[in-house]
Amino acid sequence: MGMFEAILLTVATAATPLLIAAMGELVVERSGVLNLGVEGMMIMGAVAGFGVAQVTGSAWLGMFAAILAGAAFSLLFGFLTLTLVTNQVATGLALTLLGLGASAMIGESFVGLPGVRMQSLYIPVLTDLPVVGKFLFGQDPIFYISILLTIGVTWFLFRTRAGLTLRAVGDNHTSAHALGVPVVRVRYLAVMFGGACAGLAGAQLSLVYVPQWVENMTSGRGWIALALVVFASWRPWRILAGAYLFGAVTIGQLHAQALGIGIPSQFMSSLPYLATIVVLVLISRNKRLTLMNTPTSLGKPFVPDR
Amino acid sequence: MTSISDKGGAGRPLLEASALTKIFGSLKACDGIDLTIGTGEIHALLGENGAGKSTLVKMLFGALQPSSGDIDWKGDTVAMANPAFARSLGIGMVFQHFSLFDALTAAENIALSLDVKTDLNTIATRAREIGQTYGLPVDPDALVGDLSVGERQRIEIIRCLLQNPDLIILDEPTSVLTPQEADLLFVTLERLRSEGKSILYISHRLEEVRRLCDRATVLRHGKVVGQCDPRKETSASLARMMVGSDIHVIERRPNDAPATQAALIEVNGLSQKPRGPFSVSLHDVRLSVKPGEILGIAGVAGNGQGELFEAISGEALQERADIVRIRGKDAGRSGISARRRLGAAFVPEERLGHGAVPDMSLTNNLLLSRYSTDGKVFLGGGLLRLLQQSSLALAAKRIVAQMDVRKSAENPDASALSGGNLQKFLIGRELDRNPSVLVVNQPTWGVDAGAAAHIRQALVDLARSGSAVIVISQDLDELFEISDRIAAMVHGRLSESVPIEAMNMERVGLMMGGADTASAHVNAGAV
Repeated sequence: MGMFEAILLTVATAATPLLIAAMGELVVERSGVLNLGVEGMMIMGAVAGFGVAQVTGSAWLGMFAAILAGAAFSLLFGFLTLTLVTNQVATGLALTLLGLGASAMIGESFVGLPGVRMQSLYIPVLTDLPVVGKFLFGQDPIFYISILLTIGVTWFLFRTRAGLTLRAVGDNHTSAHALGVPVVRVRYLAVMFGGACAGLAGAQLSLVYVPQWVENMTSGRGWIALALVVFASWRPWRILAGAYLFGAVTIGQLHAQALGIGIPSQFMSSLPYLATIVVLVLISRNKRLTLMNTPTSLGKPFVPDR
Repeated sequence: MTSISDKGGAGRPLLEASALTKIFGSLKACDGIDLTIGTGEIHALLGENGAGKSTLVKMLFGALQPSSGDIDWKGDTVAMANPAFARSLGIGMVFQHFSLFDALTAAENIALSLDVKTDLNTIATRAREIGQTYGLPVDPDALVGDLSVGERQRIEIIRCLLQNPDLIILDEPTSVLTPQEADLLFVTLERLRSEGKSILYISHRLEEVRRLCDRATVLRHGKVVGQCDPRKETSASLARMMVGSDIHVIERRPNDAPATQAALIEVNGLSQKPRGPFSVSLHDVRLSVKPGEILGIAGVAGNGQGELFEAISGEALQERADIVRIRGKDAGRSGISARRRLGAAFVPEERLGHGAVPDMSLTNNLLLSRYSTDGKVFLGGGLLRLLQQSSLALAAKRIVAQMDVRKSAENPDASALSGGNLQKFLIGRELDRNPSVLVVNQPTWGVDAGAAAHIRQALVDLARSGSAVIVISQDLDELFEISDRIAAMVHGRLSESVPIEAMNMERVGLMMGGADTASAHVNAGAV
C-alpha cells in the first residue's frame, strides 16, 4: 500500500464523522432549528455504539444502537425547544454538556476494554486495484453510508415535496403554518434526523476510527461539524468538500508530526480549529452569500396563534 | 361594469357566517358577525384597522378558530379546522402580508400550497398559462426574494387560482400597488367575477370599493354596522359608516415662509450599495427642503425608501460628509445622535422594535431617542448621568396631552399601546423637541383614521412653524393631503419633485412606475 493511498484512506476516515454529523445538522438547520448539541449527541452515539457492540459482539448492532441513542437524545432537545419553546442556543449547549457528562458516567467501565471493529469491505480484484482500490472499494460500511447520505439529503431537499416543505418551514414558519404545514412536527422529524446522524457519526469514532472507548473522544468534532454547516452555506455538496478539507488538515498535521517537522505539536493539533475560524471569517465577509442561504427562521422560536 | 349582484340574493348563498365571535383574552375582536356572500359577486369588507376584518377572514379561512358561531358553506355547516381544509372546500386567500417564502422560487412557492402531488415543471407550465389568461405575467424560476411587491402579489393570486377556488379572499390587495398596477388587478378581478367566482374584498380604500364591489359589509369595533351597495353610496357616507363620525379635515395654511431661505436639509448625490441580500441600492439621490415645507416621497414599497430613511437618519453613514447636510452643516459622517443634535428628528417605519423598544415603558422609550439632545433635562448627577424620572414623566405627560395618546396605565410598556396611539406618542416624542428637520417614514401606516388625521395635522403645523419635513409614504391620499411637493422613488432613484398644484394621481402613478422619465434625473437645480 503506497503512501498516497494510505493518506487518502486516513483522510476519508477522519472526514466521515464530520460529514455525517454536519449533514444531519444541515437538515435540522434547514428546518429553522439551531441545535448546538451535536457534540453531545455524537458522544452519546459513540458510547452507546461501543457498549452495545462490546456486549453483543456485533459492530452492526452497535451502530444501530448509536443511531437510536442519538435520535433519542435529540428528542430531549426537541421536546424542550419545540414543545416548551426554550431558548435553542442555551438548550443546545446544555445538551452538549449533559452528553459529555452522561457518556463519561455510562462509559466508565468501558475504559481500556478492547472494542469491536467494524469490518471493511473486500471485493476481490476491485479492492486490489492500485492507488484507488482500497479507497473506493475497501472501506468500512459507514463510509459508504456517508456518501449515500450526501446524495440522499441533496435529493430529498431539492427534489422532493417533503424537502420543499422542510425548506419552507425554515424560511418562514409563519407562512408555512398559514399554509397548513405542521411546523412543529416537521421540526421534530428534522431534529431527530439530525440526532440520528450525530449518533452514527459517534459510532464511526468508537467502532471504526479508534475502536475503543475514551472519555470525551469526540474532542470537539461536533463543533467542527456545526461550523461546517455555515462553511457550506447550507449546501450538502459543500459539506462533503468541507469535511474532506478538514479531514485532510487533521491528517496532515499528524503526518507532519510523524515526519518530525520542527513545529510544536500543540500548534499542529490546533490546526483544524484554526482552519475553522479562518474559514468562518472568510465566509462571513461575503454577507450576500451567507444571508441568501441562511434559513431565515434559524433559531427563532415558533408559537402558533390559535 | 355589469351588475350581477342579484345573483347574491337568489338561491342559497355560497358562504354564510352567523354570529361569529372571536375573543382574545378580554378583547372581543369579532362580536356576533353575520356575513353572506353570494355566487359571482365581489363583496367588500370595509372597516378601519382594528375593526376585526383580519380576524373575521382568518376564521373563514380556518387560520383561527371562532369562539362561537357557525360557518355555512354551500348550505352545509362546516368546521374550518385549518387552511388546508378551507382550500379543499374551494376557498382561496391572498394575504395582506404575503405568505411567500423568499428563499424559494415562484414555482416552489406555488407548489407548497397545492395539495395534489404535482411536479415542479407542470406547476411552472400551469402558472405561466394562468398568468397569461388573467394578465399576470410571472417567471416561475425567479427567487421570490428578488421580486417586487407587485410581482409577489401576482404569485399569491396565481397560487390561489391554481386551486380553482369558488371564493377568493383578498386582504388589502392594493395597499402595495401603484395606481396603474391596481387597475390591472381590477381587470383580473372583474374577469374572475364574470366566470362566476366570488370575491371577498377587504379594503379601507373607499374609491376602489365603490368602483369594483357589488355589496359591502361594514365593520366597526368587531361588529357589523351596516350593509350597502357601495355604488349607491358616496365615499363620505361610507367613511362615516366605517369611522362612526365625520373625519377631521386637515387644515393647510399656505406656506408663507420666504422662498429665499436656505434649505434646512439637503441630500447631494447619495449613492449606496445594497446593505443586505434583499436591500435596495440608492443612486444619486438629491433633495433639499426649505423651512415651512413638506416634501412627500411616494413609491411602491421596497424601492429604496427604507434605505433613504436610514441614510438621512444616520443609521447608515455616507462616504462624504457633504452628502447629507442638516441646517447647513455637513452631517454625512455623523451618527444618529450627532444629527439629532443638529436639530433633526427621525421617526422610522417600524414602530415596535425600531421606533420603540416594545418591552420598555413610555418614559424609557422617550429617553432612548432624546438622551443626547436633552441630556441636561433628563440626566442628572453630573458624570453619573442618573435618570431624572420626574422630568421624564413630565415630558411624557406633555406629549400624551399634546397628541391625545390614549393609554390604559400611567406609564405602560410601548407594546401595550395600540398602533395608532403608539405612533402618536412616537411622533409627539420628536415634535416635543420642536425639531428644525423631521424625517418620518410611513407616519400613519396601520393607524386608524382619527389618529391619522391628528398626526397629519401635527406634521403640517410643524412645517408651517418653520421646520422642514420629509414624509415618506405609500399612501398617496396622505401625500396629497399634506405635501407641498411630491417626488417618487423607483429602484433606488428619486425623481424630481413636483409642486402639489401641478400634481395629480396619474402623474404620481407614472413617476412611481418609473415611466415619467422626463423628470427622473438631475433635479438639483429645480429644488
